[in-house]
Amino acid sequence: MALAVVITLLIIGSLIFHFVSPWWFTPIASNWTSIDDTINLTFIVTGIVFVLINSFLVYCVVKFRYKEGERAHYEPENKKLEVGLTAITSIGVIAMLAPGLFVWANFVDVPDDAIEVEVVGQQWRWSYRYPGDDEVFGSTDVSHMTDENPFGINPEDPNGQDDVVVYDDGLRLLKGRPVKLLLRAKDVLHNFTVAQFRVKMDMVPGMVTYLWLEPTVTGEYDILCEELCGIGHYAMRGRVIVEEEPAYSNWLAEQTTFAQTVRENTADINTGRALYAVCASCHGQEGEGNEALNAPRLAGMSSWYMESQINKYKNGMRGAHEEDVYGRQMVPMAATLANEAAVKNVAAYIASMADTTVTETIAGNIENGRRLYTTCGACHGKQGQGIWSTDAPRLAGQNDWYLARQLSNFKNEIRGYHSSDATGKQMLLLSKMLKQESAINDVVAYINTLQP
Amino acid sequence: MAFVALADRDNDAHLHDPETFITKYVWSQDHKVIAIQYGVVSIFVGLIALALSVMMRLQLAFPESFSFITPNDYYQFVTMHGMIMVVYLLTALFLGGFGNYLIPLMCGARDMVFPYLNMLSFWTYFLSVIILLASFFVPGGPTGAGWTLYPPQTILPGTPGNELGILLMLLSLAVFIVAFTMGGLNYVTTILQARCRGMTLMRMPLSIWGIFTATVLGLLAFPALLVSAIMMLFDLLLGTSFFMPAILSMGEMPDYQGGTPILFQHLFWFFGHPEVYIVALPAFGIVSDILSVHARKNIFGYRMMVWAIVGIGALSFVVWAHHMYVSGMNPYFGFFFATTTLIIAIPTAIKVYNWVLTLWKGNIRLKVPMLFSIGFIFTFTHGGLTGLFLGNVTVDLPLSDTYFVIGHFHMVMGVSPVLVLFAAIYHWYPKMTGKMYNVPMAKAHFWLTFVSAYSLYLPMHYLGILGVPRRYFAYGGAEFIPASAQSLNVGITMASIVLATVQLLFIINLIWALKNGKPSGDNPWEATTLEWQTPETPPKHGNWGPELPEVYRWAYDYSVPGAKLDYIPQNEPHHGQGSVESDSDDAVDETKV
Repeated sequence: MALAVVITLLIIGSLIFHFVSPWWFTPIASNWTSIDDTINLTFIVTGIVFVLINSFLVYCVVKFRYKEGERAHYEPENKKLEVGLTAITSIGVIAMLAPGLFVWANFVDVPDDAIEVEVVGQQWRWSYRYPGDDEVFGSTDVSHMTDENPFGINPEDPNGQDDVVVYDDGLRLLKGRPVKLLLRAKDVLHNFTVAQFRVKMDMVPGMVTYLWLEPTVTGEYDILCEELCGIGHYAMRGRVIVEEEPAYSNWLAEQTTFAQTVRENTADINTGRALYAVCASCHGQEGEGNEALNAPRLAGMSSWYMESQINKYKNGMRGAHEEDVYGRQMVPMAATLANEAAVKNVAAYIASMADTTVTETIAGNIENGRRLYTTCGACHGKQGQGIWSTDAPRLAGQNDWYLARQLSNFKNEIRGYHSSDATGKQMLLLSKMLKQESAINDVVAYINTLQP
Repeated sequence: MAFVALADRDNDAHLHDPETFITKYVWSQDHKVIAIQYGVVSIFVGLIALALSVMMRLQLAFPESFSFITPNDYYQFVTMHGMIMVVYLLTALFLGGFGNYLIPLMCGARDMVFPYLNMLSFWTYFLSVIILLASFFVPGGPTGAGWTLYPPQTILPGTPGNELGILLMLLSLAVFIVAFTMGGLNYVTTILQARCRGMTLMRMPLSIWGIFTATVLGLLAFPALLVSAIMMLFDLLLGTSFFMPAILSMGEMPDYQGGTPILFQHLFWFFGHPEVYIVALPAFGIVSDILSVHARKNIFGYRMMVWAIVGIGALSFVVWAHHMYVSGMNPYFGFFFATTTLIIAIPTAIKVYNWVLTLWKGNIRLKVPMLFSIGFIFTFTHGGLTGLFLGNVTVDLPLSDTYFVIGHFHMVMGVSPVLVLFAAIYHWYPKMTGKMYNVPMAKAHFWLTFVSAYSLYLPMHYLGILGVPRRYFAYGGAEFIPASAQSLNVGITMASIVLATVQLLFIINLIWALKNGKPSGDNPWEATTLEWQTPETPPKHGNWGPELPEVYRWAYDYSVPGAKLDYIPQNEPHHGQGSVESDSDDAVDETKV
């Protein structure tokens, strides 16, 4: 009896949970309402079967419970009943499958007027490429990939020169226009998912996969990676912004093309040295850093990292939070670098500085730090040497007080919270693994032991 | 020399007498001892995997509290939990455990036809478990690539245990497959060759049909996993590029080019989907028998049930790519695999109908095994129906890689087979030990397990519909996931802690009853199948005393009109007391005719 009651309660409970659950599809922002319709149809068919079978189960448990002296009905087979049930099941299956296949045919077949945009995934970030005025993408190859050409575009290919490359910003799509997303991965499997678009597809190194959709609602949505891609998988986040004209075209026109990034990549160290005079007042002539002035060591840092951080200060992505006291000091300093060329020059000069040594100020449990650092090392390198492709700066040899402060800034969301700061957001998510206060000291103490 | 059927060659009973403690309990060649060895080891590793899952749930519910769980650890837990549960617990316990125990007893044989090979099978399995667990203690720890071990990430930096961890995992799988092959050949040969007189194929209990078909599937599917493990080992150790295209990993270009990661996925799922049925088919068979015994009624539509098992087994080889709808394979495959996948729903549905129709007009005794079996019908119906979502390629698009998938496969391939395992252990424990466990405690175990498992996995489906992705260490920063989803995660974790804790009742009960259980008698459930008709309980080595049994009827003569008792054992000759052989006499029997 108890069994019948419990199963009845579970059936009713499941139905109630289904109907009152606040956890349901996000409001759809693409043309794929047909997918939602197929799912709703499947819910109706399977819901009815679920209730019928289990209610019959309850009925049997109650009605045919053991009675002393009774005998069960002896009936090995009932062909008519079995054939009938098979037929009904087949009809139910066809009712769900047929609409599903029609929608899939639609998904496989990209409309002719779709514009093409490329999405590139790597551990653990997103970047995007638009074909430019000629509407043709330049060819790519892994062998061309460097920190200055992260897409691996063939520099000899004329089609690639006008390709618009978007490395530090979100993906922009035009409302009401079908778009075919060409999906590419540089290292491991990834998956492009926007819950509000409903469709998703894996990104596979060595090949180009695709999906298509038509954005129907303007707004900003999260892009998530949904294929396990290593330790930083859960922190691989992106933004897609759906816009209308003319905002979309204006934004696209402002972006740099591949040819422009190549041209701008010639930095002048001598000009950079002159510009560094401003920096030297706090960071020191040798770039050795100064704890009293809260200025970290710069010597030994790569130019790509210095560039990206200076630009973040300039664009309000770093040092903008009111609790970020020391970061705020950098904002006016970064503003003295008038243009992109100045930033490149000073970054190149910093990268040319000789290594300096720092004094340790933080002690911690090195063993625990080593364990925790396994996760950090995935991006920053086992020796904390820094890895350009993961946008992870060198840690080894950095002032430990600076590392500890930045970790706590990330953890407290006063750095890396800006919606366009993709790498900062990643650190914000990853720093949460340092759950206890002592964990920061432990991991920094371990970093002190690393030799790049 | 003229061929003599094994069943007639009964002069080797003396071979089945072990001499020393070692040959009796350690290097044993007795299928029953080997079964228990398999059972104990697989339940032990299963408990480790259970503990790992609780750690994962703690992290998901309280992402900022448990300082000993880092992303590195989390992905290792995810991987080891999945692999242990699927391969080292479920496969090993259903086939190595119940396959070993039931095949000779239910078929009326003295033992497996290759007892020495059977012993080797267990010890090889034991070795694979040792290698697997060793990976927890090597530098870098076990692999964290997910139980699917998808390359390229599996062997690249950025994934936990990408050097020694993955090496040990692949070695352990290879060794496991060797163990499975030795056992599997034995099971198939024994079923085909060593059945006693009168045990035609269409008189075999469905447990044997399920185990038989699952073993055939395993023998055909595991080689796909073996070759993919070997190919990946070559990629890892010798620098081949089977699964490795030219890539940029951590700013460097490893010396790979030309391979394809999707090839691995095809090989993996060509094994992986039949693997689902390697676990499910024995469960289907066993639950059919338990339902029939305790409903005091023959299984409804026996022949349909046999053909459903065989049909599902055959179809299971042509549905694998439904795990890969969004993998980037040619999307036109979606049409084919969605169709085959939904076709497989039909024989599966027939099985569910026939279980329920077995209860219909029965005389149901709600003994402990019966509670678990009815619980199985409920959870399996749920898990089977959500499979219709994921199998339908279009519906899979938004749900793939979300918690809907986690909810689905845990309901259908976690909770449901495990409920059958509990049912089976409670059903055959009296035969294995001669003792009856503590029934109130076993019932408490059922109620708490059943209710907490359902409340654990039902809500996960709704997180998936919302779009919450699986294999995430933490969800901060995704705006579409509301705070309430986190509260739901806390609830799910509570259910998982209850579920994990109450398993203590099970373990304690089994150990307690070994010594303190009341004697159960030879046939406590009044069942018809041969294992309940042994001269001793627990059966001695050799099972049958001087004379092998002879079978006269199918396995389901319950409540036969006109019979004295409400069951007639399979080895009871006809005395004209109205035993109805139904249509099962006209079955084909290739080996004995």
